Amino acid sequence: MRKIIKYVITDILRNKIVLAYTFCLLLISFSVFSLEDNPTKGLLSLLNIILIIVPLISIIFGAIYIYNSAEFIELLVSQPLKRNAIWVSLFTGLSASLIISFLVGIGLPVLFYAFSLTGMVMIIVGVLLTVIFVGIAMLAALQTRDKAKGIGITILLWLYFALLFDGLVLFLLFQFADYPLEKVMAGISALNPIDLGRILILLKMDVSALMGYTGAVFKDIFGTTAGLLLSFIVLLLWIVLPVWISTVKFKTKDL
Amino acid sequence: MIQINNISKQFGRLKALDQVSAACDASECIALIGPNGSGKTTLIKCILGMVVPDSGSIIFDGKQISNDWQYREQIGYMPQIGRYPDNMTIGQVIDMMKDIRNKSLHLDESLITAFGLDKLYHKRMRTLSGGTRQKVSASLAFLFNPKVLILDEPTAGLDPVSSEILKDKITTEKGKGKLVLITSHVLSELDDLVTQVMYMQDGKLVFHKSIALLHKDTGEQKLSKAIARVMVNSEN
Repeated sequence: MRKIIKYVITDILRNKIVLAYTFCLLLISFSVFSLEDNPTKGLLSLLNIILIIVPLISIIFGAIYIYNSAEFIELLVSQPLKRNAIWVSLFTGLSASLIISFLVGIGLPVLFYAFSLTGMVMIIVGVLLTVIFVGIAMLAALQTRDKAKGIGITILLWLYFALLFDGLVLFLLFQFADYPLEKVMAGISALNPIDLGRILILLKMDVSALMGYTGAVFKDIFGTTAGLLLSFIVLLLWIVLPVWISTVKFKTKDL
Repeated sequence: MIQINNISKQFGRLKALDQVSAACDASECIALIGPNGSGKTTLIKCILGMVVPDSGSIIFDGKQISNDWQYREQIGYMPQIGRYPDNMTIGQVIDMMKDIRNKSLHLDESLITAFGLDKLYHKRMRTLSGGTRQKVSASLAFLFNPKVLILDEPTAGLDPVSSEILKDKITTEKGKGKLVLITSHVLSELDDLVTQVMYMQDGKLVFHKSIALLHKDTGEQKLSKAIARVMVNSEN
């Protein structure tokens, strides 16, 4: 298993797209931090990058990588290797290499310019989002044989998580404005890892006051240690569930 | 050595394998023959565990292969179209396979030198011609001295010299008591290699008999003529 991970990581780290991704993140974070003298403002600008770009790159690159490794996977399956081990190693290798580029591109500048609890939470959320979206990408790529269709599905999924979900939530809020929905909203945010990540970081930034009464409820729920723990558990579930489902499906896939 | 019991496989509406049963023993060289799309490759992939049959079981060396993976150490597989990671060189692919199989002793590198692949170690897989790719596939199949060799269209795309090298190799390995399973369309090539014939059509195993019996039943000495006779007979 370790050997396959090694081959996947060396293969991806040589990939020019990943190098460009790392360099791009590095450029963005350095320019953000040198434009603002207040590191917290810089973090706030970086927040949107993390919540939009990191999931996008992870999900699309993950899916394309799985499609392009079809030959490699076929070769491995005919060898004396466990199918579970092959799939989990692919997942580990893919996530590990994207995490490395995230840590180099965003982690290092944050540690350098804005070393604080907020910065640490942001790095952790970024790493978790990378892994979550790699897992979702692998599930989508396994489900659809057609490459164009599969990549289209991953883009739609990203659109849903990054943009459409918020619109739906807003729509619900307006429709049921007469009811006390704050607690329900906190529950609904667990359905979207990006939202959950955003709430976790914003609460650490103490800008939750800007969110009015809802912000206070969120602070009440997510601000406590139990709430924090619960939201990290939910984020971990977002990793485990898609990977578990795709591993089970891969076991009986015909190649 | 390999026991196949009533396996069936359906791809959508197409029945690729329909209740196929067969038994293959060591030191035999079995030719798997049939028209295109008759289920030969699917049968091979079932034995390798690459395709999971809908029903039925396959027993390898007395053990069920479902949920097992270690048995594949005993198999050398040469696919019909060898596909390898494009960015790797021949040398890297061979080293990777050695690494994955965790074997560096008792390797059979005779085909690598016979095909002259050792001089091409630095070439990337995407730059290789179809024939050279076939040579890589063949070398990898024989590299680990497996007990069973499964060769899917081994000589397709190979030049006459390489194809002779491969046929000689198959004959020597058969002499060492290994089971060789070959599919091919070029029947004249199989004449002096095979000891048994399996004939498939529309996902069904039509017959499985020794070559001597086939000659006797059809009255033909050449395999290609004998098979042609069988096909004509089955149409009538």
